[in-house]
This record gives sequence, structure tokens and C-alpha cells, in this order.
Amino acid sequence: MKILVCISKTPDTTSRIAFTDNNSRFDTDKVQFIINPYDEWYALVRAVELKEATGAEVTLIHVGPADGDAILRKALAIGGDRAVRVDADPADAYFVASQIAAFVRSDPHDLILTGKETIDYNGSQVGGMLAGLLDYPFVSLASRLDVAGNLVTLERDISGGKEILEVPLPVVVSCAKGMAEQRIPNMRGIMAARTKPLTVMTAHPADPLTRMVAFELPQTKQGVKLISPDQPEELVRLLHVEAKVI
Amino acid sequence: MSVLVFVEPADGVLRKPAFEAMSYGSRLAAAQNMQAYAVCLDESVPEDSLKQLGAYGAVKVLHDRSACFRPFDAQVFARAVRAAAEAVQARIIVLSLTYNGRALGPLLSAHMQAGLVTGAIDFPETNGEVFRIRKNVFGGKAIATVEVATAVKIIALMPNAVAPVRGEGVAEVETFTSGLQESDRRMRLTGVNKVSGKVALSDAEIVVSAGRGMKGPENWGMIEELAEVLGAATACSRPVADVHWRPHEEHVGQTGLAIRPNLYIAVGISGAIQHLAGVNGSKVIVVINKDPEAPFFKAADYGIVGDAFEVVPALTRALRRFKAGEMTFN
Ligand SMILES: Cc1cc2nc3c(=O)[nH]c(=O)nc-3n(C[C@H](O)[C@H](O)[C@H](O)COP(=O)(O)OP(=O)(O)OC[C@H]3O[C@@H](n4cnc5c(N)ncnc54)[C@H](O)[C@@H]3O)c2cc1C
Repeated sequence: MKILVCISKTPDTTSRIAFTDNNSRFDTDKVQFIINPYDEWYALVRAVELKEATGAEVTLIHVGPADGDAILRKALAIGGDRAVRVDADPADAYFVASQIAAFVRSDPHDLILTGKETIDYNGSQVGGMLAGLLDYPFVSLASRLDVAGNLVTLERDISGGKEILEVPLPVVVSCAKGMAEQRIPNMRGIMAARTKPLTVMTAHPADPLTRMVAFELPQTKQGVKLISPDQPEELVRLLHVEAKVI
Repeated sequence: MSVLVFVEPADGVLRKPAFEAMSYGSRLAAAQNMQAYAVCLDESVPEDSLKQLGAYGAVKVLHDRSACFRPFDAQVFARAVRAAAEAVQARIIVLSLTYNGRALGPLLSAHMQAGLVTGAIDFPETNGEVFRIRKNVFGGKAIATVEVATAVKIIALMPNAVAPVRGEGVAEVETFTSGLQESDRRMRLTGVNKVSGKVALSDAEIVVSAGRGMKGPENWGMIEELAEVLGAATACSRPVADVHWRPHEEHVGQTGLAIRPNLYIAVGISGAIQHLAGVNGSKVIVVINKDPEAPFFKAADYGIVGDAFEVVPALTRALRRFKAGEMTFN
């Protein structure tokens, strides 16, 4: 089985969120980049577990400029076998999905994993678009994934619970919490990652469908109104009369 | 030309996410001199409930009663919605960002080469050909304006962002045949685990959430009681889900579910930046924490500095009296 894990690069969760160029671009000054947590903790670790259990081969793919190589090396240290970087500005989710689809057409993979969304632009789009472009089945928000032969068993989040599904390969799956536990790469993994293949490919022609043109910060709160712990009735009154939420 | 709204029932009943999407879609349609249609792919919804969508602005509801739509297979749904969109010449497709909506939107976008905005929080700003719409980014730490340049546009609306407006009117319900069949579905459902009787977190109006300050899973009874008097859903911080005090699906924040209820009550949660990211779109935030320096107070509207083990039961008692009409305010 060949597994493809889509890796995206996001600012660290503690990054200061600010914008430049007249609020049209995210300010990357002093920002540390990490592997998008959903891609790393769930998609990648589950792929590596499947590799350990079944001998699957794990390919990583990232669409972005050269500074993404560090992210790919870390993902290789966690357990990917080889990495591919499509050297292009990831203009929007459709553009990214088009690049990955072009790669899969030239180098077929059976199981394609993405994170449920990226923690920066919160699009939740690449996996579904990829499935649409390849005409593979798509299972979103999976919290469990097992493979037996050609059949994948998945648990996915639905409103108020979970659903258990069986889908034949090939399939695209977006991975959510529960699927695996975060792994810290060890020294052996880090050393091995240095010599694992990382191929750079040129972009496949594709046009983005959307564009982020401006950013703003949300309005800040007026300041907290403190209520004494022995006056819960006062909180009830404020919620009813002032905030009108109960 | 029209606006097409995908309405998704829960257990055969149309609920708030469907009404929000419908009323959003019909307001959009009115602003652009277009008609608003709905498409429903669930045979179990009675015709009378679909007619009610007229009160939210639908002129006509296309109803495909094929059994192939159960269980949910996003590819099958995307192809059916596409067929409906082509039948009514939709320029804009609206859906709610539910669990299924998250899967449907991107597939539809790829099938139709139509730009998609996931988690829109507002009506679009239009000017000639320019179509721009706002959505949360960085888990709610910022808002982005997204421009969609394609002829057909898809909007996946964030639940609780735009209140549904109910008016008068009855929609016409028309049987629609998308042409999709059982043999198109590639997945098989082998089980469903539903927690019945609980309010679904993603579209709850009130959420009671608790963190490590609760000390252990055995203390969650008071959180559930508070949630019950309020008709609220329960949520938790990430470490609480990580150590399995609470189920994963309750985890809210930047790496959990992002929610925007009308009222979010946080008990024993410090208010780390990653937690705030998923909840700071809530209209009103109440924080109960024994540490006056807890960062959450900076993001709160109301706060009580005190021990949760005393404050929560007392608040629950006060709310019971309020709900029983035993409290009057002047
Ligand atoms: C990459 C990354 C992603 C993350 N994503 C998320 C996320 O999505 N969601 C999330 O929640 N966290 C997330 N975190 C973790 C986050 O940084 C915090 O560690 C976490 O939110 C803290 O949880 P907590 O508030 O329950 O616990 P703590 O920080 O331990 O806070 C417990 C609070 O309870 C109070 N308390 C204790 N006893 C009582 C009492 N008797 N009565 C009242 N108050 C009491 C304390 O004063 C304290 O403020 C993430 C972290 C990282 C690094």
C-alpha cells in the first residue's frame, strides 16, 4: 500500500497575529512555522503506524517555496519515507489540491491523508477538492482508520456522535483528533531523515478560485464585569436583562 | 439565475442550521434580484416541513427522495447538488458548515470549478463583478476578506453567525431526480454511535465548558447539571480530552472544534491562546476561575473569581429558580 500524507506549513499556535502591506498579508516577521498540527499529529502519525504494522510506504507532499523543506525534514524524521515539494506559492486550496492531484496522477497512491483543516486559514478544503479532482471517495473528520487488504474502516464525526464506515481503496481521508497521538521524533529518526529523498517538482498549471484580499483583527471586549461569588443571582440577572442570552 | 441552498435535516427534521442557510440565501437572492431555491436529499423529511422553508424565503424546494443518499457519501451528494444547481442555473450555492457540509463544499467546488468560502460569517459585499466575503482565520484570532472570482460561488456558512429570519410564505415542493443511484455510493455504513438527548455542540446556543480546574472526571456532574438547566451543550479544554476525562468531540479551541454560541461559560479553564482561538467568537463569555490573574478574564464579559466547586452548584440553583419564574428583576 502507498500512503500519501499532505503536509501544510502553519504559524506556531502562539504566534502574534499581525498583518502588513496595508493589512493585505500575514506578517511572518519573527513567526516560527510548524507542521500543521492536524497533518502531523493525526495524518502523519497514523500513516507511520500503518507502515509499521503493514509495511506500507509513506510519501509526504507539500506545496510551497523552499522554506518548507525544514517542515518536510521533520515529517521525514517522524517516519515518512520520501518527500515531494511542489515549488510554488500555495495561492489557494484549489491550486494546492490541483498540484497534489497532478502528482497522484503521475504516481498513484492508495490512501491519501490530510489534516481536517489548517490552523491558519481554517479552510478545510484541500482533501475534499483533491477527492473531487481525482474522483476518489472522500471521508472527512475521521477519528479512527484501519486498513485490511483493500478495505478501509473509518470512524467519522457526525452531528451528535460517530459513524463507522467501510470504503474500498483508493480513498482520501481528512484526519481529526482521536486517530493517533503526537510523536516526538527521536535522534535516529532525525539522522535518518537527512538522507531520505526530498524531490522538488515544478508546478502544474492551475488557476486559484479565490484570493484573500484583506485581514482585520476582531473587536476586543469592553472589559470584564466581575460578580461576587456569593451573588450568583446577580449573574443570572445580568445574563437575562443586560446580555439577553438566557 | 438563482441562489440554491442545500438544506440538511438532522434525523429527518429541519433545524436551525438549515433555517440559517435558507434565510441567508434568500436575503442574498433578493439583493441580486434572483430567486432562492432549496435542495433536500433526504427522503425522510415530510413535504409539509419542506413547504415551511417558504417562511425563510424559499420559492421552491427540489426534493430528491432517492435512497442512495443514505448513508452520507460526500461524492454522491456533491454530484446531486451540482445537478440541482445546473437545473436552477444557480450562481450562488449556500450550505451550512455542518460536519457533512465540511465534506460537501470542497467536492462541489472541485466538480464545478466554483470558488468556495468555508465558514463565512457575514453577507457578501458585492460591487459589479467583485464579490467579497468575510470569514474567520487563525481560529478566530483574525478575520479575512476573501474574493471569489468564479462565475458560480459557494458559501459554507458558519453556524450561529447569521440569525435566521422567519416571515410568511409557503414554498412549492417539487420532486427532483438528480440521476444518482445506489450503485454510485462507494461507502457502506456499519455502525452509528449517537449520544442521544444531548445538545449538539457545533450549533448549540449555550455552551458550558470546563477545564483542568475540575480536578477529575468524577466532578463533571455539576457541569452537566449546569448545562442541563440552561439547555446547553458541554465542551472542554484540550488537556481534559487528552487524558480522557471527557470525549474528544468536546474539545474546543484552535486544534479542536471552533464554536460561536450566544453564551459560553468557562469553568476552571485558564484561557490559553489556543483555547481562546476556538471560542472567542462567542457573543457573551462568562468565566469562573479561582485565579483572578487567569488570562481568560481578559476575554470575558462577566467573571466570577471563586472556587468552581462552590460557584457552579450555587449558579445552577439560582438558574433553576430563574427558570421556574421565581426570580423577578426590575
Ligand atoms: C499546538 C497547540 C495546540 C493547542 N490547542 C488547544 C486547543 O485547541 N484547545 C485548548 O483548550 N487547548 C489547546 N492547547 C493547550 C493550551 O495551551 C492549554 O494548555 C490548555 O488550554 C489549558 O487547559 P486548561 O485551561 O483546562 O488547564 P490549565 O491551564 O491547567 O488551567 C486550569 C485553570 O483552572 C483554574 N482552577 C483550578 N482549580 C479551580 C477551582 N477549584 N475553581 C475554579 N478554577 C480553578 C486554574 O486557576 C486555571 O486557570 C494547545 C496547545 C498547543 C501547544
